[in-house]
Amino acid sequence: MKYIDEFRDGRVAKGIAAAIRAEAEPDRGYRLMEFCGGHTHAISRYGLSDLLPQNLRMIHGPGCPVCVLPIGRIDNAIELATTHRAILCTYGDTLRVPASQGLSLMKAKARGADIRMVYSSADCLKIAKENPAREVVFFAIGFETTTPPTAIAIKQAEALGLANFSVFCNHVLTPSAIQNILESPQVRELGTVPLDGFIGPAHVSTVIGSRPYEFFAEEYQKPVVIAGFEPLDVMQAILMLVRQLNQGRCEVENEFSRAVTREGNEKAKALVAEVFELRRSFEWRGLGEVPYSGLRIKERYRQFDAEARFGISYRRVDDNKACECGAILRGVKQPRDCKLFGTVCTPENPMGSCMVSSEGACAAHYTYGRYKEVA
Amino acid sequence: MCLAIPAQVVEINGSDLAIVDLAGVRKEISLSLVDGVEPGDYVIVHVGYALQKLDAEEAERTLAMFAELASEYGAPRPGS
Ligand code: SF4
Repeated sequence: MKYIDEFRDGRVAKGIAAAIRAEAEPDRGYRLMEFCGGHTHAISRYGLSDLLPQNLRMIHGPGCPVCVLPIGRIDNAIELATTHRAILCTYGDTLRVPASQGLSLMKAKARGADIRMVYSSADCLKIAKENPAREVVFFAIGFETTTPPTAIAIKQAEALGLANFSVFCNHVLTPSAIQNILESPQVRELGTVPLDGFIGPAHVSTVIGSRPYEFFAEEYQKPVVIAGFEPLDVMQAILMLVRQLNQGRCEVENEFSRAVTREGNEKAKALVAEVFELRRSFEWRGLGEVPYSGLRIKERYRQFDAEARFGISYRRVDDNKACECGAILRGVKQPRDCKLFGTVCTPENPMGSCMVSSEGACAAHYTYGRYKEVA
Repeated sequence: MCLAIPAQVVEINGSDLAIVDLAGVRKEISLSLVDGVEPGDYVIVHVGYALQKLDAEEAERTLAMFAELASEYGAPRPGS
């Protein structure tokens, strides 16, 4: 496919890899975090780590909205579909996420809850129109890429007078999570876990632009390169970070100039600002409570807020104690350091957030990296 | 899950809906987040919405830069 295949050319990848090896200074370390699960997946799937020099390490960040959904929120979604008998519409990725008491949305569905997978927020409106006698709740998750479509659905529901439609909002923000990682003591205090630079997710930036990262580059003195998700994009971003670090620069650079601008998509940003506001705090699976990192529906659109409509209250549920996701997401540990990895915890039966979707660090390592290390 | 894909707009219906071609599969998406899209343009599609237009010139520029880098460091140019 055009704009995909050209960005997967293996020979060019080797060329960029040669450039990275030639330019990375042998006597220093490069620890780069790819924030987004899409990058983690590309790095594992295409074996990009094998092309990189020994002293350059990729650290997998928490940027997978399915993985970071806390158990308590999945419990809430199940409660909506069972106790409140709503039709719960969800993106397919959330179906397998483990909830309390061995449940998941998929298992709740098997037990008779009306849970429907949708491709788009527009599908939920259709379902609401077709089922006027039922409550229809959209289980909205995701980073800045899925938030504008949720805002549109709420505005359309209002325009259509759809009184049986509401949204259970779990949208989270990329920049706040990066800031949380940078603020964590392991990263901030010198000498424990140095993070030298970030690869920022291109698709999030098609909406928010590159500008929100300028603060990090300056405040924390870390270079950021916004990159696409094809292997050549990732390799190029690594090269750009190596160059910045070698030259002592801490800037925001944009590898995905084909669709990312400094300001992003103004229309989408305005819609989001109209419908949503910041929550004071939101729990991330693996990271814990992160201040100002999630969105909720504004008072003006309260009638479409499922939390208000059904009186949903959040209860925190801890992951398995042995789970090392938090440390992995901050780059302190790696999947193989976890005692449960690959034995108790597998993609079929995930114990922690990083194993939940194929974009999580543990799942990517399980699927693409495990055997290589053993061999 | 945040992965979006580039797709070509083949048809625009009304103000907000478009048919895109995804590797031969036609799919209806919403254009309500982007302005000024014409048939033939590529857009970045995610959960049924176009998030941005794809700038063909910038894409070519990026690819040209890759190719140059690759040849500079000894890999053959793609297609040669
Ligand atoms: S292997 Fe499972 S339990 Fe261990 S850190 Fe990863 S997700 Fe958590």
